[in-house]
Amino acid sequence: MPIDVAARVIANRPLSSDYNVLALEAPAIASEAAPGQFVMVKPGAGRDPLLRRPFSVFEILRDAGGAPSGISILSKNIGPSTELIYRARLDQTVDCLGPLGRPFTIVDPPTDAWMIAGGVGLAPFATLAQALRARGVRTTLFYGARRAAELFYLDFFRALGVDLALTTEDGSLGERGRIVAPLDRRLASLDRASPVMLYACGPEGMLAATAKSAMKHGRACQVSVERIMGCGLGGCYSCVVPVRSDAGGFHHVRSCISGPVLAADQIVWS
Amino acid sequence: MDLSVRIGSLTLKNPLIAASGCFGYGVEYADVVDLSTLGAIVSKGLFLQPREGHPAPRIVETPAGMLNAIGLQGIGARRFVDEKLPELRARGATVIVNVCGTTLDEYVEVSRVVSDAEGVNAIELNISCPNIKEGGIQFGCSLAGTFEVVSAVRKATRLPVIPKLTPNVTDVASFARAAEQAGADAVSLVNTFLAMVIDVETRRPKISNVVGGLSGPAIRPIAVRMVYECRQTVKIPVIGIGGIADARDALEFMIAGANAVQIGTANFVDPFIWPKVLSGIQDYMQRHDIGRVADLVGTLDTRAQDTEWISS
Repeated sequence: MPIDVAARVIANRPLSSDYNVLALEAPAIASEAAPGQFVMVKPGAGRDPLLRRPFSVFEILRDAGGAPSGISILSKNIGPSTELIYRARLDQTVDCLGPLGRPFTIVDPPTDAWMIAGGVGLAPFATLAQALRARGVRTTLFYGARRAAELFYLDFFRALGVDLALTTEDGSLGERGRIVAPLDRRLASLDRASPVMLYACGPEGMLAATAKSAMKHGRACQVSVERIMGCGLGGCYSCVVPVRSDAGGFHHVRSCISGPVLAADQIVWS
Repeated sequence: MDLSVRIGSLTLKNPLIAASGCFGYGVEYADVVDLSTLGAIVSKGLFLQPREGHPAPRIVETPAGMLNAIGLQGIGARRFVDEKLPELRARGATVIVNVCGTTLDEYVEVSRVVSDAEGVNAIELNISCPNIKEGGIQFGCSLAGTFEVVSAVRKATRLPVIPKLTPNVTDVASFARAAEQAGADAVSLVNTFLAMVIDVETRRPKISNVVGGLSGPAIRPIAVRMVYECRQTVKIPVIGIGGIADARDALEFMIAGANAVQIGTANFVDPFIWPKVLSGIQDYMQRHDIGRVADLVGTLDTRAQDTEWISS
Protein backbone atom coordinates (compact mmCIF):
# COMPACT_ATOMS: atom_id res chain seq x y z
CA MET A 1 0.00 0.00 0.00
CA PRO A 2 1.48 3.35 -1.00
CA ILE A 3 2.19 5.95 1.66
CA ASP A 4 1.99 9.73 1.25
CA VAL A 5 4.72 11.51 3.18
CA ALA A 6 5.33 15.24 3.62
CA ALA A 7 9.02 14.51 3.16
CA ARG A 8 11.68 16.87 4.48
CA VAL A 9 14.47 17.71 2.06
CA ILE A 10 17.65 16.49 3.74
CA ALA A 11 20.02 17.20 0.86
CA ASN A 12 19.92 18.70 -2.60
CA ARG A 13 23.02 18.05 -4.63
CA PRO A 14 23.33 19.57 -8.09
CA LEU A 15 25.22 17.24 -10.44
CA SER A 16 25.29 19.66 -13.38
CA SER A 17 23.44 22.74 -14.60
CA ASP A 18 20.28 20.67 -15.04
CA TYR A 19 20.64 17.41 -13.08
CA ASN A 20 20.29 17.13 -9.31
CA VAL A 21 19.86 14.48 -6.63
CA LEU A 22 17.21 15.34 -4.07
CA ALA A 23 17.32 13.41 -0.79
CA LEU A 24 14.07 13.08 1.12
CA GLU A 25 13.34 11.91 4.65
CA ALA A 26 10.83 9.09 4.12
CA PRO A 27 11.63 5.99 6.18
CA ALA A 28 8.28 4.31 5.55
CA ILE A 29 8.74 4.54 1.77
CA ALA A 30 12.44 3.66 1.94
CA SER A 31 11.79 0.46 3.85
CA GLU A 32 9.19 -0.74 1.31
CA ALA A 33 10.71 0.32 -2.02
CA ALA A 34 12.04 -2.33 -4.41
CA PRO A 35 14.37 -1.63 -7.37
CA GLY A 36 12.37 -0.25 -10.31
CA GLN A 37 9.57 1.24 -8.23
CA PHE A 38 8.76 4.93 -8.30
CA VAL A 39 7.32 7.76 -6.24
CA MET A 40 4.96 10.59 -7.20
CA VAL A 41 6.44 13.87 -5.99
CA LYS A 42 4.63 17.21 -5.67
CA PRO A 43 7.45 19.68 -6.01
CA GLY A 44 5.61 22.73 -4.69
CA ALA A 45 2.70 23.45 -2.41
CA GLY A 46 -0.45 24.94 -3.88
CA ARG A 47 -2.22 24.53 -7.18
CA ASP A 48 0.31 25.63 -9.77
CA PRO A 49 2.09 23.50 -10.78
CA LEU A 50 -0.74 21.16 -9.93
CA LEU A 51 0.24 17.57 -10.65
CA ARG A 52 2.80 15.31 -9.08
CA ARG A 53 5.69 13.99 -11.14
CA PRO A 54 6.88 10.38 -11.24
CA PHE A 55 10.49 9.64 -10.26
CA SER A 56 12.27 6.32 -9.94
CA VAL A 57 13.62 5.70 -6.46
CA PHE A 58 17.31 6.49 -7.09
CA GLU A 59 18.91 5.58 -3.74
CA ILE A 60 17.72 4.13 -0.44
CA LEU A 61 19.25 6.29 2.30
CA ARG A 62 20.16 4.69 5.61
CA ASP A 63 20.80 6.01 9.10
CA ALA A 64 23.93 5.29 11.15
CA GLY A 65 22.44 1.99 12.25
CA GLY A 66 21.73 0.93 8.67
CA ALA A 67 17.94 1.34 8.90
CA PRO A 68 16.19 2.86 5.85
CA SER A 69 15.66 6.57 6.54
CA GLY A 70 14.84 8.08 3.18
CA ILE A 71 15.15 8.01 -0.56
CA SER A 72 16.75 10.14 -3.21
CA ILE A 73 15.54 10.96 -6.69
CA LEU A 74 17.59 11.83 -9.77
CA SER A 75 15.97 14.72 -11.62
CA LYS A 76 16.68 16.51 -14.89
CA ASN A 77 15.39 20.05 -15.09
CA ILE A 78 13.08 20.17 -18.10
CA GLY A 79 10.16 22.34 -16.94
CA PRO A 80 8.49 24.23 -14.09
CA SER A 81 8.11 21.20 -11.79
CA THR A 82 11.64 19.89 -12.22
CA GLU A 83 12.87 23.48 -11.85
CA LEU A 84 11.31 23.44 -8.36
CA ILE A 85 12.98 20.08 -7.70
CA TYR A 86 16.31 21.55 -8.84
CA ARG A 87 15.89 24.60 -6.58
CA ALA A 88 14.43 22.77 -3.55
CA ARG A 89 15.78 24.08 -0.26
CA LEU A 90 16.96 22.13 2.76
CA ASP A 91 14.22 21.45 5.32
CA GLN A 92 11.35 22.35 3.03
CA THR A 93 8.86 19.52 2.57
CA VAL A 94 7.62 17.93 -0.62
CA ASP A 95 4.73 15.49 -0.80
CA CYS A 96 6.02 12.09 -1.83
CA LEU A 97 3.67 9.16 -2.55
CA GLY A 98 5.01 5.65 -2.90
CA PRO A 99 6.43 3.19 -3.44
CA LEU A 100 4.45 2.56 -6.61
CA GLY A 101 4.50 0.23 -9.59
CA ARG A 102 5.97 -3.16 -10.39
CA PRO A 103 9.68 -3.55 -9.70
CA PHE A 104 12.37 -5.32 -11.71
CA THR A 105 12.58 -9.09 -11.47
CA ILE A 106 16.05 -9.67 -10.04
CA VAL A 107 18.09 -12.57 -11.42
CA ASP A 108 20.46 -14.89 -9.57
CA PRO A 109 23.82 -16.33 -10.62
CA PRO A 110 24.84 -17.83 -12.96
CA THR A 111 22.74 -15.35 -14.97
CA ASP A 112 24.58 -12.10 -15.62
CA ALA A 113 22.86 -8.72 -15.53
CA TRP A 114 23.39 -5.99 -18.09
CA MET A 115 21.85 -2.63 -17.23
CA ILE A 116 21.40 -0.18 -20.11
CA ALA A 117 20.91 3.45 -19.11
CA GLY A 118 20.45 6.61 -21.17
CA GLY A 119 20.69 10.01 -19.47
CA VAL A 120 18.29 10.39 -16.54
CA GLY A 121 17.38 6.74 -17.20
CA LEU A 122 20.21 5.90 -14.82
CA ALA A 123 17.76 6.46 -11.97
CA PRO A 124 16.48 2.91 -11.26
CA PHE A 125 19.89 1.26 -11.58
CA ALA A 126 21.61 2.30 -8.37
CA THR A 127 19.26 0.22 -6.22
CA LEU A 128 19.08 -2.54 -8.83
CA ALA A 129 22.88 -2.80 -8.94
CA GLN A 130 23.00 -3.10 -5.15
CA ALA A 131 20.38 -5.86 -5.17
CA LEU A 132 22.14 -7.74 -7.98
CA ARG A 133 25.59 -7.47 -6.42
CA ALA A 134 24.21 -8.57 -3.03
CA ARG A 135 23.17 -11.80 -4.76
CA GLY A 136 26.58 -12.14 -6.37
CA VAL A 137 25.33 -11.46 -9.89
CA ARG A 138 28.00 -10.29 -12.36
CA THR A 139 26.68 -6.90 -13.43
CA THR A 140 27.56 -4.53 -16.26
CA LEU A 141 26.25 -1.00 -16.71
CA PHE A 142 26.00 0.27 -20.29
CA TYR A 143 25.56 3.99 -19.75
CA GLY A 144 25.25 6.69 -22.37
CA ALA A 145 24.88 10.47 -22.11
CA ARG A 146 25.43 13.59 -24.17
CA ARG A 147 28.84 14.36 -22.67
CA ALA A 148 31.28 13.20 -19.99
CA ALA A 149 29.98 15.71 -17.44
CA GLU A 150 26.57 14.01 -17.62
CA LEU A 151 27.80 10.53 -16.73
CA PHE A 152 27.08 10.43 -13.01
CA TYR A 153 27.82 8.11 -10.09
CA LEU A 154 30.47 6.13 -11.96
CA ASP A 155 32.47 5.62 -8.75
CA PHE A 156 29.34 4.40 -6.99
CA PHE A 157 28.90 1.63 -9.54
CA ARG A 158 32.64 0.82 -9.64
CA ALA A 159 32.66 0.47 -5.84
CA LEU A 160 29.87 -2.11 -6.13
CA GLY A 161 31.99 -4.10 -8.58
CA VAL A 162 29.85 -3.20 -11.59
CA ASP A 163 31.65 -3.23 -14.96
CA LEU A 164 31.10 -0.06 -16.96
CA ALA A 165 30.64 0.45 -20.71
CA LEU A 166 30.27 4.14 -21.42
CA THR A 167 29.34 6.23 -24.43
CA THR A 168 28.97 9.95 -24.99
CA GLU A 169 27.45 11.64 -28.00
CA ASP A 170 30.41 14.03 -28.23
CA GLY A 171 33.05 11.38 -27.52
CA SER A 172 34.29 13.17 -24.39
CA LEU A 173 34.27 9.92 -22.38
CA GLY A 174 34.06 6.31 -23.50
CA GLU A 175 32.97 5.43 -27.01
CA ARG A 176 31.49 8.17 -29.21
CA GLY A 177 27.86 7.55 -30.13
CA ARG A 178 24.84 5.88 -28.62
CA ILE A 179 24.88 3.17 -25.97
CA VAL A 180 23.01 0.59 -28.03
CA ALA A 181 26.02 0.20 -30.38
CA PRO A 182 28.36 -1.42 -27.80
CA LEU A 183 25.43 -3.34 -26.34
CA ASP A 184 24.58 -4.84 -29.70
CA ARG A 185 28.23 -5.84 -30.32
CA ARG A 186 28.51 -7.49 -26.91
CA LEU A 187 25.24 -9.36 -27.46
CA ALA A 188 26.48 -10.56 -30.86
CA SER A 189 29.72 -11.92 -29.40
CA LEU A 190 28.15 -13.49 -26.30
CA ASP A 191 28.21 -17.29 -26.06
CA ARG A 192 24.69 -18.62 -26.69
CA ALA A 193 24.95 -20.73 -23.54
CA SER A 194 25.72 -17.75 -21.26
CA PRO A 195 22.54 -16.58 -19.57
CA VAL A 196 22.04 -12.83 -19.30
CA MET A 197 19.15 -10.58 -18.30
CA LEU A 198 18.93 -7.10 -19.78
CA TYR A 199 17.49 -4.14 -17.87
CA ALA A 200 16.94 -0.85 -19.72
CA CYS A 201 15.78 2.66 -18.86
CA GLY A 202 16.12 5.82 -20.91
CA PRO A 203 14.63 7.74 -23.81
CA GLU A 204 11.98 5.94 -25.86
CA GLY A 205 14.20 5.65 -28.95
CA MET A 206 16.98 4.07 -26.90
CA LEU A 207 14.53 1.63 -25.32
CA ALA A 208 13.12 0.65 -28.71
CA ALA A 209 16.63 0.07 -30.11
CA THR A 210 17.62 -1.91 -27.01
CA ALA A 211 14.48 -4.03 -27.27
CA LYS A 212 15.16 -4.68 -30.96
CA SER A 213 18.74 -5.71 -30.25
CA ALA A 214 17.69 -7.97 -27.36
CA MET A 215 15.02 -9.66 -29.49
CA LYS A 216 17.44 -10.08 -32.40
CA HIS A 217 19.85 -11.93 -30.12
CA GLY A 218 17.14 -13.84 -28.31
CA ARG A 219 17.74 -12.25 -24.89
CA ALA A 220 15.16 -11.32 -22.28
CA CYS A 221 14.96 -7.61 -21.52
CA GLN A 222 13.06 -5.73 -18.84
CA VAL A 223 12.47 -2.05 -19.63
CA SER A 224 11.37 0.71 -17.28
CA VAL A 225 9.23 3.02 -19.41
CA GLU A 226 8.72 6.71 -18.82
CA ARG A 227 5.34 8.28 -19.48
CA ILE A 228 3.56 11.44 -18.46
CA MET A 229 1.54 10.34 -15.46
CA GLY A 230 -1.43 11.99 -13.78
CA CYS A 231 -1.88 9.95 -10.63
CA GLY A 232 0.46 6.94 -10.42
CA LEU A 233 -2.33 4.74 -9.07
CA GLY A 234 -4.22 3.61 -12.16
CA GLY A 235 -6.96 6.20 -11.90
CA CYS A 236 -6.37 8.48 -14.86
CA TYR A 237 -5.28 6.22 -17.74
CA SER A 238 -2.72 8.79 -18.92
CA CYS A 239 0.45 6.71 -18.91
CA VAL A 240 -0.49 3.90 -21.26
CA VAL A 241 1.83 1.66 -23.25
CA PRO A 242 0.63 -0.49 -26.18
CA VAL A 243 1.37 -4.17 -25.50
CA ARG A 244 0.74 -7.19 -27.69
CA SER A 245 -2.55 -9.01 -27.22
CA ASP A 246 -2.85 -12.80 -27.27
CA ALA A 247 -5.37 -12.51 -30.10
CA GLY A 248 -3.03 -10.29 -32.14
CA GLY A 249 -3.15 -6.54 -32.22
CA PHE A 250 -2.48 -4.57 -29.06
CA HIS A 251 -4.07 -3.25 -25.93
CA HIS A 252 -3.12 -0.32 -23.72
CA VAL A 253 -1.80 -1.04 -20.23
CA ARG A 254 -1.20 1.60 -17.58
CA SER A 255 2.53 1.89 -16.97
CA CYS A 256 1.91 3.03 -13.37
CA ILE A 257 0.34 -0.24 -12.23
CA SER A 258 1.23 -2.77 -14.96
CA GLY A 259 4.72 -1.20 -15.12
CA PRO A 260 6.84 0.85 -15.13
CA VAL A 261 8.88 -2.33 -15.66
CA LEU A 262 7.59 -4.28 -18.65
CA ALA A 263 8.98 -7.08 -20.80
CA ALA A 264 10.54 -5.45 -23.87
CA ASP A 265 9.15 -8.06 -26.26
CA GLN A 266 5.58 -7.40 -25.09
CA ILE A 267 5.62 -3.72 -26.02
CA VAL A 268 4.53 -2.55 -29.48
CA TRP A 269 7.42 -0.21 -30.29
CA SER A 270 6.54 2.63 -32.65
CA MET B 1 -24.47 16.43 11.99
CA ASP B 2 -26.35 15.16 8.93
CA LEU B 3 -24.13 14.90 5.88
CA SER B 4 -26.56 12.94 3.75
CA VAL B 5 -27.91 14.30 0.48
CA ARG B 6 -30.63 13.07 -1.83
CA ILE B 7 -30.22 12.69 -5.58
CA GLY B 8 -33.68 11.66 -6.81
CA SER B 9 -34.50 8.37 -5.13
CA LEU B 10 -30.88 7.85 -4.15
CA THR B 11 -29.61 8.93 -0.73
CA LEU B 12 -25.85 9.49 -0.46
CA LYS B 13 -24.19 9.33 2.95
CA ASN B 14 -22.29 12.51 2.12
CA PRO B 15 -22.04 14.90 -0.83
CA LEU B 16 -18.59 13.80 -2.08
CA ILE B 17 -18.53 11.78 -5.29
CA ALA B 18 -15.49 10.53 -7.21
CA ALA B 19 -15.76 11.87 -10.77
CA SER B 20 -15.84 9.66 -13.83
CA GLY B 21 -12.51 9.12 -15.53
CA CYS B 22 -10.66 10.25 -12.43
CA PHE B 23 -11.05 7.18 -10.22
CA GLY B 24 -10.57 4.25 -12.61
CA TYR B 25 -13.22 1.67 -11.82
CA GLY B 26 -12.91 2.44 -8.11
CA VAL B 27 -11.09 -0.80 -7.31
CA GLU B 28 -7.76 0.89 -8.14
CA TYR B 29 -8.24 3.09 -5.06
CA ALA B 30 -9.45 0.42 -2.64
CA ASP B 31 -6.03 0.31 -0.94
CA VAL B 32 -5.85 4.03 -0.25
CA VAL B 33 -9.49 4.98 0.37
CA ASP B 34 -12.28 3.20 2.24
CA LEU B 35 -14.69 3.25 -0.69
CA SER B 36 -17.70 2.96 1.62
CA THR B 37 -16.89 6.40 3.10
CA LEU B 38 -17.49 8.21 -0.19
CA GLY B 39 -20.92 9.52 -1.11
CA ALA B 40 -20.53 7.59 -4.35
CA ILE B 41 -18.03 6.71 -7.02
CA VAL B 42 -18.66 7.18 -10.73
CA SER B 43 -17.06 4.57 -12.96
CA LYS B 44 -14.97 5.36 -16.00
CA GLY B 45 -17.19 5.80 -19.04
CA LEU B 46 -18.43 2.50 -20.43
CA PHE B 47 -19.56 1.56 -23.90
CA LEU B 48 -20.93 -1.85 -24.83
CA GLN B 49 -17.56 -2.92 -26.26
CA PRO B 50 -14.03 -2.41 -24.91
CA ARG B 51 -12.10 0.56 -26.33
CA GLU B 52 -8.36 1.21 -26.40
CA GLY B 53 -8.54 5.02 -26.47
CA HIS B 54 -5.92 7.40 -27.82
CA PRO B 55 -2.14 6.86 -27.88
CA ALA B 56 0.04 8.61 -25.28
CA PRO B 57 0.68 11.42 -24.57
CA ARG B 58 -2.83 11.74 -23.24
CA ILE B 59 -2.41 14.56 -20.73
CA VAL B 60 -0.45 17.74 -20.31
CA GLU B 61 -0.32 20.06 -17.34
CA THR B 62 -1.67 23.60 -17.76
CA PRO B 63 -1.75 26.60 -15.41
CA ALA B 64 -3.53 25.26 -12.29
CA GLY B 65 -5.04 22.49 -14.35
CA MET B 66 -4.57 19.79 -16.90
CA LEU B 67 -5.66 18.90 -20.39
CA ASN B 68 -6.62 15.32 -21.19
CA ALA B 69 -7.70 13.27 -24.16
CA ILE B 70 -7.78 9.68 -22.97
CA GLY B 71 -10.30 8.67 -25.62
CA LEU B 72 -12.56 6.71 -23.27
CA GLN B 73 -10.35 3.64 -22.97
CA GLY B 74 -12.52 1.12 -21.18
CA ILE B 75 -13.33 -2.53 -20.63
CA GLY B 76 -16.97 -2.36 -21.75
CA ALA B 77 -20.12 -2.59 -19.66
CA ARG B 78 -20.30 -6.37 -19.37
CA ARG B 79 -16.75 -6.84 -18.17
CA PHE B 80 -17.31 -4.04 -15.67
CA VAL B 81 -20.34 -5.84 -14.30
CA ASP B 82 -18.52 -9.18 -14.16
CA GLU B 83 -15.06 -8.13 -13.03
CA LYS B 84 -15.31 -4.87 -11.07
CA LEU B 85 -18.78 -4.58 -9.64
CA PRO B 86 -18.52 -7.56 -7.23
CA GLU B 87 -15.52 -6.02 -5.47
CA LEU B 88 -17.16 -2.59 -5.33
CA ARG B 89 -20.24 -4.18 -3.82
CA ALA B 90 -18.16 -6.14 -1.30
CA ARG B 91 -16.45 -2.95 -0.24
CA GLY B 92 -19.73 -1.15 0.32
CA ALA B 93 -19.30 1.45 -2.42
CA THR B 94 -22.25 3.39 -3.76
CA VAL B 95 -21.79 2.99 -7.51
CA ILE B 96 -22.86 5.30 -10.31
CA VAL B 97 -22.03 3.94 -13.75
CA ASN B 98 -21.02 6.42 -16.43
CA VAL B 99 -22.86 5.22 -19.54
CA CYS B 100 -21.55 6.07 -23.02
CA GLY B 101 -22.86 5.37 -26.49
CA THR B 102 -22.16 6.06 -30.12
CA THR B 103 -25.86 5.68 -30.94
CA LEU B 104 -29.12 6.05 -29.06
CA ASP B 105 -29.48 2.26 -29.09
CA GLU B 106 -26.09 1.79 -27.48
CA TYR B 107 -26.94 4.17 -24.62
CA VAL B 108 -30.11 2.19 -24.03
CA GLU B 109 -28.35 -1.17 -24.25
CA VAL B 110 -25.51 -0.20 -21.89
CA SER B 111 -28.10 1.21 -19.47
CA ARG B 112 -29.98 -2.10 -19.55
CA VAL B 113 -26.81 -4.11 -18.93
CA VAL B 114 -25.88 -2.11 -15.86
CA SER B 115 -29.47 -1.85 -14.61
CA ASP B 116 -29.72 -5.63 -14.58
CA ALA B 117 -26.62 -5.90 -12.41
CA GLU B 118 -26.76 -5.97 -8.65
CA GLY B 119 -24.93 -3.10 -6.99
CA VAL B 120 -25.42 -0.25 -9.44
CA ASN B 121 -27.12 2.70 -7.74
CA ALA B 122 -27.50 5.21 -10.58
CA ILE B 123 -26.58 5.99 -14.17
CA GLU B 124 -24.62 9.04 -15.22
CA LEU B 125 -25.16 9.62 -18.93
CA ASN B 126 -22.01 10.70 -20.69
CA ILE B 127 -23.28 13.08 -23.36
CA SER B 128 -20.36 15.43 -22.98
CA CYS B 129 -16.99 13.80 -23.64
CA PRO B 130 -15.11 16.28 -25.85
CA ASN B 131 -12.43 13.81 -26.89
CA ILE B 132 -13.95 11.30 -29.24
CA LYS B 133 -15.42 11.95 -32.64
CA GLU B 134 -18.42 9.68 -32.46
CA GLY B 135 -20.78 9.45 -29.55
CA GLY B 136 -21.59 11.55 -26.62
CA ILE B 137 -21.11 15.12 -27.39
CA GLN B 138 -23.28 15.23 -30.51
CA PHE B 139 -26.13 14.41 -28.16
CA GLY B 140 -24.91 16.76 -25.46
CA CYS B 141 -24.47 19.75 -27.77
CA SER B 142 -28.03 19.65 -29.10
CA LEU B 143 -31.13 20.29 -27.02
CA ALA B 144 -33.12 17.80 -29.08
CA GLY B 145 -30.35 15.20 -28.80
CA THR B 146 -30.15 15.66 -25.05
CA PHE B 147 -33.91 15.28 -24.71
CA GLU B 148 -33.91 12.23 -26.96
CA VAL B 149 -31.16 10.27 -25.22
CA VAL B 150 -32.38 11.07 -21.71
CA SER B 151 -35.95 10.08 -22.65
CA ALA B 152 -34.80 6.79 -24.17
CA VAL B 153 -32.66 5.81 -21.19
CA ARG B 154 -35.36 6.98 -18.78
CA LYS B 155 -37.70 4.39 -20.31
CA ALA B 156 -35.07 1.64 -20.15
CA THR B 157 -34.14 1.78 -16.46
CA ARG B 158 -35.56 2.25 -12.99
CA LEU B 159 -32.26 3.64 -11.72
CA PRO B 160 -31.81 7.38 -11.23
CA VAL B 161 -30.60 8.92 -14.52
CA ILE B 162 -28.08 11.75 -14.30
CA PRO B 163 -26.98 13.32 -17.60
CA LYS B 164 -23.51 14.86 -17.37
CA LEU B 165 -23.54 18.17 -19.20
CA THR B 166 -20.85 19.76 -21.30
CA PRO B 167 -19.80 23.36 -20.69
CA ASN B 168 -18.98 23.71 -24.39
CA VAL B 169 -22.35 25.29 -25.19
CA THR B 170 -23.66 28.85 -25.06
CA ASP B 171 -26.35 28.28 -22.44
CA VAL B 172 -25.82 25.23 -20.26
CA ALA B 173 -29.00 25.88 -18.25
CA SER B 174 -31.15 25.22 -21.31
CA PHE B 175 -29.56 21.76 -21.52
CA ALA B 176 -30.34 21.15 -17.85
CA ARG B 177 -33.96 22.10 -18.61
CA ALA B 178 -34.10 19.74 -21.61
CA ALA B 179 -32.76 16.94 -19.41
CA GLU B 180 -35.30 17.70 -16.70
CA GLN B 181 -38.15 17.72 -19.20
CA ALA B 182 -36.98 14.35 -20.52
CA GLY B 183 -37.24 12.84 -17.05
CA ALA B 184 -33.71 13.13 -15.68
CA ASP B 185 -33.45 12.68 -11.91
CA ALA B 186 -30.53 15.11 -11.66
CA VAL B 187 -27.86 16.69 -13.81
CA SER B 188 -24.11 16.74 -13.22
CA LEU B 189 -21.88 19.50 -14.55
CA VAL B 190 -19.43 20.42 -15.84
CA ASN B 191 -17.47 18.03 -18.00
CA THR B 192 -14.18 19.44 -19.30
CA PHE B 193 -13.67 22.51 -21.47
CA LEU B 194 -12.39 21.83 -24.97
CA ALA B 195 -8.89 23.25 -25.12
CA MET B 196 -5.42 22.80 -26.59
CA VAL B 197 -1.75 23.25 -25.76
CA ILE B 198 1.04 23.63 -28.32
CA ASP B 199 4.78 23.05 -27.97
CA VAL B 200 6.07 26.16 -29.73
CA GLU B 201 9.57 24.72 -30.25
CA THR B 202 8.30 21.78 -32.26
CA ARG B 203 4.96 23.41 -33.28
CA ARG B 204 3.29 20.16 -32.32
CA PRO B 205 0.26 19.67 -30.05
CA LYS B 206 1.23 18.40 -26.61
CA ILE B 207 -1.31 15.56 -26.64
CA SER B 208 -1.83 13.02 -29.37
CA ASN B 209 -5.48 13.94 -29.98
CA VAL B 210 -4.45 17.59 -30.67
CA VAL B 211 -7.37 18.91 -28.57
CA GLY B 212 -8.58 17.74 -25.18
CA GLY B 213 -10.60 18.60 -22.13
CA LEU B 214 -9.40 21.14 -19.55
CA SER B 215 -9.97 20.40 -15.87
CA GLY B 216 -8.65 21.39 -12.46
CA PRO B 217 -8.76 24.56 -10.33
CA ALA B 218 -8.35 26.73 -13.45
CA ILE B 219 -11.93 26.04 -14.53
CA ARG B 220 -13.64 26.24 -11.13
CA PRO B 221 -15.09 29.77 -11.29
CA ILE B 222 -16.68 29.06 -14.67
CA ALA B 223 -18.11 25.78 -13.39
CA VAL B 224 -19.53 27.48 -10.28
CA ARG B 225 -21.27 30.03 -12.49
CA MET B 226 -22.75 27.28 -14.66
CA VAL B 227 -24.01 25.34 -11.63
CA TYR B 228 -25.57 28.57 -10.35
CA GLU B 229 -27.34 29.12 -13.68
CA CYS B 230 -28.69 25.57 -13.71
CA ARG B 231 -29.88 25.90 -10.10
CA GLN B 232 -31.93 28.93 -11.16
CA THR B 233 -33.45 27.00 -14.04
CA VAL B 234 -34.30 23.46 -12.89
CA LYS B 235 -35.91 21.85 -9.85
CA ILE B 236 -34.02 18.54 -10.03
CA PRO B 237 -30.79 18.11 -8.05
CA VAL B 238 -27.58 19.47 -9.53
CA ILE B 239 -24.21 17.78 -8.98
CA GLY B 240 -21.36 20.29 -9.19
CA ILE B 241 -18.06 19.40 -10.85
CA GLY B 242 -15.06 21.47 -11.81
CA GLY B 243 -11.72 21.95 -10.08
CA ILE B 244 -12.72 21.18 -6.51
CA ALA B 245 -9.55 20.71 -4.48
CA ASP B 246 -10.60 21.39 -0.89
CA ALA B 247 -13.61 21.88 1.39
CA ARG B 248 -14.01 25.58 0.55
CA ASP B 249 -14.26 24.73 -3.13
CA ALA B 250 -16.89 22.08 -2.43
CA LEU B 251 -18.86 24.49 -0.23
CA GLU B 252 -18.72 27.13 -2.96
CA PHE B 253 -20.47 24.77 -5.37
CA MET B 254 -23.08 23.80 -2.78
CA ILE B 255 -23.86 27.41 -1.93
CA ALA B 256 -24.20 28.09 -5.66
CA GLY B 257 -26.80 25.31 -5.80
CA ALA B 258 -25.08 21.93 -6.03
CA ASN B 259 -26.76 19.18 -3.98
CA ALA B 260 -23.58 17.13 -4.19
CA VAL B 261 -20.16 17.55 -5.76
CA GLN B 262 -17.67 15.48 -7.70
CA ILE B 263 -13.92 15.59 -7.25
CA GLY B 264 -11.74 14.57 -10.17
CA THR B 265 -8.39 16.10 -10.97
CA ALA B 266 -7.58 16.86 -7.31
CA ASN B 267 -7.84 13.15 -6.54
CA PHE B 268 -4.86 12.61 -8.87
CA VAL B 269 -2.82 15.07 -6.86
CA ASP B 270 -3.94 13.73 -3.47
CA PRO B 271 -5.68 10.35 -3.36
CA PHE B 272 -6.19 10.90 0.38
CA ILE B 273 -8.27 14.02 -0.28
CA TRP B 274 -11.68 12.55 0.67
CA PRO B 275 -11.56 12.58 4.49
CA LYS B 276 -9.83 15.98 4.38
CA VAL B 277 -12.63 17.60 2.36
CA LEU B 278 -15.30 15.91 4.43
CA SER B 279 -13.86 17.05 7.74
CA GLY B 280 -13.46 20.55 6.31
CA ILE B 281 -17.16 20.59 5.48
CA GLN B 282 -17.98 19.38 8.99
CA ASP B 283 -15.82 22.12 10.53
CA TYR B 284 -17.66 24.68 8.43
CA MET B 285 -21.05 23.32 9.46
CA GLN B 286 -20.02 23.50 13.10
CA ARG B 287 -18.75 27.08 12.76
CA HIS B 288 -21.93 28.16 10.98
CA ASP B 289 -24.24 26.08 13.15
CA ILE B 290 -25.62 24.07 10.25
CA GLY B 291 -27.05 20.69 11.25
CA ARG B 292 -27.83 19.32 7.80
CA VAL B 293 -25.48 19.82 4.88
CA ALA B 294 -28.49 19.76 2.56
CA ASP B 295 -29.59 23.05 4.16
CA LEU B 296 -26.57 24.74 2.59
CA VAL B 297 -27.62 24.03 -0.97
CA GLY B 298 -28.43 27.12 -3.00
CA THR B 299 -28.04 29.52 -0.06
CA LEU B 300 -26.16 32.13 -2.06
CA ASP B 301 -26.98 35.60 -0.75
CA THR B 302 -27.35 37.87 -3.75
CA ARG B 303 -29.00 40.79 -2.02
CA ALA B 304 -27.73 44.07 -3.38
CA GLN B 305 -24.16 44.50 -2.28
CA ASP B 306 -23.98 47.36 0.18
CA THR B 307 -20.98 49.56 0.60
CA GLU B 308 -19.38 47.82 3.58
CA TRP B 309 -17.22 45.60 1.41
CA ILE B 310 -16.00 48.62 -0.50
CA SER B 311 -14.88 50.49 2.59
CA SER B 312 -13.36 47.47 4.34
